Amino acid sequence: MIDYNKFLSPRVTSVKRSGIRKFFDIAEEMKDVLSLTVGEPDFITPRHIRDEAIESLKKGLTHYGSNNGIFELRVEIDKYLKRRFDLSYDPKDEILVTVGVSEAIDLAIRAILSPGDEAIVPLPAFVCYAPLISLTGAAPVIIHTKMKDNFKLNPEDLKAAITNKTKLLILPFPNNPTGAVMEKPELEEIAKIVKETDILVLADEVYAELSYGFKHTSIAGLPDMRERTILVNGFSKAYAMTGWRLGYACAPDQILSQMAKIHQYAIMCAPRTSQSAGIKAMRDGDPDIEYMKNDYNGRRKIIYEGLKEIGIDCFEPKGAFYVFPSIEKFGISSYEFCERLLYEEKVAIVPGDAFGEPGEGFTRICYAYSVSHINKALEKIDKFVNKIKK
Amino acid sequence: MQTQISKEILERLENDCRISPRNLALMLNKEEGEIKEIIGELEKERAILGYKAVIDWEKTDKEYVTALIELKVVPQRDGGFDKIAEKIYNYEEVQTAYLMSGGFDLAVILEGRTMREVAYFVAEKIAVMDGIISTATHFVLRKYKEKGVIYSLDERADTRNSML
Repeated sequence: MIDYNKFLSPRVTSVKRSGIRKFFDIAEEMKDVLSLTVGEPDFITPRHIRDEAIESLKKGLTHYGSNNGIFELRVEIDKYLKRRFDLSYDPKDEILVTVGVSEAIDLAIRAILSPGDEAIVPLPAFVCYAPLISLTGAAPVIIHTKMKDNFKLNPEDLKAAITNKTKLLILPFPNNPTGAVMEKPELEEIAKIVKETDILVLADEVYAELSYGFKHTSIAGLPDMRERTILVNGFSKAYAMTGWRLGYACAPDQILSQMAKIHQYAIMCAPRTSQSAGIKAMRDGDPDIEYMKNDYNGRRKIIYEGLKEIGIDCFEPKGAFYVFPSIEKFGISSYEFCERLLYEEKVAIVPGDAFGEPGEGFTRICYAYSVSHINKALEKIDKFVNKIKK
Repeated sequence: MQTQISKEILERLENDCRISPRNLALMLNKEEGEIKEIIGELEKERAILGYKAVIDWEKTDKEYVTALIELKVVPQRDGGFDKIAEKIYNYEEVQTAYLMSGGFDLAVILEGRTMREVAYFVAEKIAVMDGIISTATHFVLRKYKEKGVIYSLDERADTRNSML
C-alpha cells in the first residue's frame, strides 16, 4: 500500500475541501427539488455569439492562438472596457486572455504572493481566494463584511487588517454570494488606504455588468489606482458564457508579463473557439447585456420583496444575481436551515458558511431562475418559515 | 395607441400569463394598482384576447387529432373573404383561421377526436360551402413546439449544476 501522503504536497493537502459538499450531494441526488442554488445565468449564450463560434470551427480555426489571447480579442476587450467602464489598457502588453476569471485570479495571486506574505480577503465571498492564497505559502487575512454595512468592505476594518506583510487586497464586488456592491465614494475611501499603505488590489469584477440602479465603477479607474490594480473580468456573467471558460486580466505590463509566464507554461492559451465567440460578444453583445440585466433586475425585486413579506431579514442586494438573507432569528445554523428546507419542502438554497465562516447565519439564494420557479420556491420557504417559527 | 409600459406588460403576459400584477409591478417599477388598471384596459380594448394554457394532450388519455386545412376560396362580392371565413371560424372544431397570401386563401387548424371525424367535418361542413373551390387536409403527426413552448422537456432541462 503506497503512503500517498509521503508524496502529496502539504500545501495542497492542508487546503480544506468545502465542508458543505455533503449538502450538495444530497441536493443533487434528491428528485423534484426546487433549486435556487446555481452560480450562473439561466440564459443560454445569445445565438449570434454561438453562431460565431460555430463559424470559426467551420473555417478550421482550431489551432493554438497566441499565448496572451488573440490580438483581435484583446483589442475588443480594451474597447469594451473604455465603452462600459471608462478604462483603458494596451492590448499589446496589458491584457491577458485567460481560461475564465478563475485562472486570472490564480495567476494574479501566484504572481504577487510568496511564503510569509499576507493577502486580505473580505468574506463572505466566492470560495477560491483563500485556498489559492494558501497554496502560495502566503496567509489569507480575513475581513468579515457585515449586514449592517450592507456587506461592503468597511475602510476601518481594512486599515486594521493591513500589516507590513500585506501585499494584496482582494476586492470582489459586485459580490457573490451577498449581492453587495461598492460604489464610487466607497471605493475612493478604499483606494486612499491602499495607496497610503502601498499595497496592490486584485479587483474581481466579473459581476460588474450586473449592477442595478447605478453605474459600476472599477477601482482601477480611480486616480493613481490603475498602476496598483489587477483587474479581472470575463464573459461568464455578462454574456451568459460560463461554459466557454473565457476571462481576462488587465494590469500594468510589469505585473501582467509575470502572470503571462505562468499562463504560458501552465495553460498555453484560452480555447480558440471561445475566443472567437468572445470577439463577437464584445463587438455586438451590449444589447444582450442590457436585456439580461433588466430581466435579472425584475427577478431581484420579486425575490427581495418576497423574502421581506415572509418575514426574513434581508438587505437589498444591488449586484450579481443573489440575495443573502439572514436566518439568524430562527435560532438554527445555516446548514440546518438549508438541510431542513431541503428535506421538508424540497427547496435547495446554499448555506452561507459555504462562502466562509462569516457567512454563518445567512443563506445564498440565486434568482437566475424563471419568475414562476422563484414564486413556487418562495411559497415553500414561507411554509417552512412558518413551521419553524412555532 | 399602446404605451411602452403596455407593450412590456403584453410581452411578459404572452410569455407567462400567470405572472401576477404584483410581480409585474416589481419588474416594471410601477404600482400594482396601475398594472391592474392597464391590464383591464388592454382586456377591454381586446388587445388581450384570453389567457390559455399550452397543453400536451399526448400526456392524457384524450383522443384527438389536429389537422391543417388549406382552402381555396372565391371571394364574395360583399365582404371578400371575411364572410366565408366567419362561417368557418364559428365552428367549435376550428381552433385557428387565417387569411393567407400565396398558394391558397384560408388556413384552418382544427381538432377532432379521429382522422375520420375530421375528414367528415371537412367534407360535410367546409367543402360544400358556397365559394369553396378546393380543400387540402394535412394531419399533424407530431407537435414539437407551440406558442414558443417546446413539447419535449429534455430540450429545455436545466443542465446547470455548479452551485458556487
